[in-house]
Amino acid sequence: MKFVDDFRDRELCEIVLEQIHRESKRSITIMEVCGGHTMALHRFGIPSLLPPTIDLLSGPGCPVCVTGRGFIDHAIRLAMQEKTAVCTYGDLIQVPGSESTLEKAKAGGADVRIVYSPMQCVDMAAWNEDMKFVFLGIGFETTAPASAIALRTAKELDLKNFFLFSAHKVMPQAMAAIIHAGVKVDAYLCPGHVSAITGTKMYEPLVGQFGVGCVVSGFEPLDLLQSILMLVKQHEHNNPVVEIQYTRAVKPEGNTKAQSILNQVFEPCDAWWRGLGILPQSGLKPSISFRKYDAVEFFDLSGDEPPDPPGCCCCEVLKGLIKPMDCKLFSIVCTPANPVGACMVSAEGACQSFFRYANS
Amino acid sequence: MHELIEKVFLKHFNDPLLLDQSDSAVMEVSESRLAFTTDAYVVQPMFFAGGNIGKLAVCGAVNDLVAAGAQPLFLSVAFIIEEGLELSELEIIVQTMAETASDAGVRIVCGDTKVVGKGQCDKLFITTSGIGQTQKEHEDIGSGKLIQPGDHIIINGTLGDHGMAVLAARNQLGFTSDLQSDCAPLNLMIQPLLDAGLPIHFMRDPTRGGLASVLCEITQNKNFGIEIDETLIPISEPVLGMCELYGFDPLYIANEGKMLMIVPDSSSFETLSLLQKSESGKNSAAIGRVTEKNPGRVMMKTPIGGTRLITMLTGEQLPRIC
Repeated sequence: MKFVDDFRDRELCEIVLEQIHRESKRSITIMEVCGGHTMALHRFGIPSLLPPTIDLLSGPGCPVCVTGRGFIDHAIRLAMQEKTAVCTYGDLIQVPGSESTLEKAKAGGADVRIVYSPMQCVDMAAWNEDMKFVFLGIGFETTAPASAIALRTAKELDLKNFFLFSAHKVMPQAMAAIIHAGVKVDAYLCPGHVSAITGTKMYEPLVGQFGVGCVVSGFEPLDLLQSILMLVKQHEHNNPVVEIQYTRAVKPEGNTKAQSILNQVFEPCDAWWRGLGILPQSGLKPSISFRKYDAVEFFDLSGDEPPDPPGCCCCEVLKGLIKPMDCKLFSIVCTPANPVGACMVSAEGACQSFFRYANS
Repeated sequence: MHELIEKVFLKHFNDPLLLDQSDSAVMEVSESRLAFTTDAYVVQPMFFAGGNIGKLAVCGAVNDLVAAGAQPLFLSVAFIIEEGLELSELEIIVQTMAETASDAGVRIVCGDTKVVGKGQCDKLFITTSGIGQTQKEHEDIGSGKLIQPGDHIIINGTLGDHGMAVLAARNQLGFTSDLQSDCAPLNLMIQPLLDAGLPIHFMRDPTRGGLASVLCEITQNKNFGIEIDETLIPISEPVLGMCELYGFDPLYIANEGKMLMIVPDSSSFETLSLLQKSESGKNSAAIGRVTEKNPGRVMMKTPIGGTRLITMLTGEQLPRIC
């Protein structure tokens, strides 16, 4: 496959690996904060190829994993209402709320529809005026622009029956919160697609305040290995900086068009992160001129965040305090077929990634 | 109903045994050792590039018999039709079934039809049962008892074509592709292997759940493992591309014209050469081995030299958020 095969070239990967082995002398903990990176690292068996000086930790970068159970509970209640359909990206439907999942609710008659784009939900709303449609807005700066365009289209069409239930989040606050929480991270493997939208300026405080190196990485093995090498070199030379490895997709200034749509449609709000609690100004909600499309304004979605299920260590896993296999429930009680915590549900979750791909 | 049977079914299904329209078809088989299978087919949409629900129903029964080392002979077909289904659509499906059966050299000898009210089924459900004859020396092919460390794993072509063609036909992906389902009867490809007396230690068609699920099933609680090499597994460019885009793993995607074979090291080359002579097997490849190490596990060598574990898929693969 053009543009992919070259980045999976074994010889090139071996050259970079050899350099990593040669350069890495001091121990370094690298956290990846993107679920796509977690998955790619394990899918290509990269941890098995690294020297023992390098420790990889998975952070809170899977949007499904950081979404609270209360959000799922509300979504289920919405989908059970008369003439109300809840539209969602596929990965969310198996995530456990406090008592059920959207998948089980659907089997029980709730109107839950999987879509590939929020625009499908806008279309449904436009064609079915007697029903209400709620799109579950989940994900970071990567998926938020699509939700923003859906809201803008709904406004242009003057729809009265389309709503966004936003759990959209922004990344830098969480990356700072991890360090504040006392997790020992020497370097961040920064998310590729988030950075394609945001640019890299937002990582500068992490370098300035905490001395943590940041490299924005692509998702192919050669990308990941090259990014790890860049972080190792920074660490060995005590020179933490923000660098872009994923130059074919990411510019320092990011995608200014997407940023302007985000700024137009959304405003920052406090948001609840599984594992991290409430982080100020880390979420996105529809701004005042789009407020009538905000599901939180239209429906009754009040209530406290329910506690995590007993024994579940998703919070510690998301903070990188423990590895998935250190959780007592891992692979015994908590499996992809019967997930207890969200990290086992999502294909990008650290627990499922370890369960599916780890060698032992 | 009588008119429907006359004008659609008997028009295309014209085996003398069926035309008798008696309650049972009575057949003569020379061997007493029979293989018998049944499967129900529901697919949305009914038509996709490379086939339709009728072709699936015939190929599915034929391939299940083939996987048991049997030569498919007779099929029974049952239709549950939702009121309001276009007759023209039904006729295309029935005609495809007749053609596919003819291509595969199997006879459709009995059948049944029910029409149910709107909403009681989704357009059309088909159930096919099949009978084939088999030899005593082939009776363990489907069981996995014969698998030995050192055996080769062979697949007869590219993976994931059917699953992705159906997904593309659902028209939810927002783009068109020239992907075709691999749906095909495999008896014409496998029979020459049996006729040549080539030993086959195991066969199964990797339909729902894909290749990975079959490999996991056969290693579960066994004292051997399996190691496959990702770079040897044939997958077409469009399937690879769509999988990249949607976050799917092609190893778990459904196939309808593939057979996973496990054969001894000594006859692997000959088996491959014979497979490659047939249309359904021209892209056949040996993709791995049965191993003594890692008992009960399926391991895959990644293109960059790492290894990873292949596990059983739970539920359906869902598209990734980002």
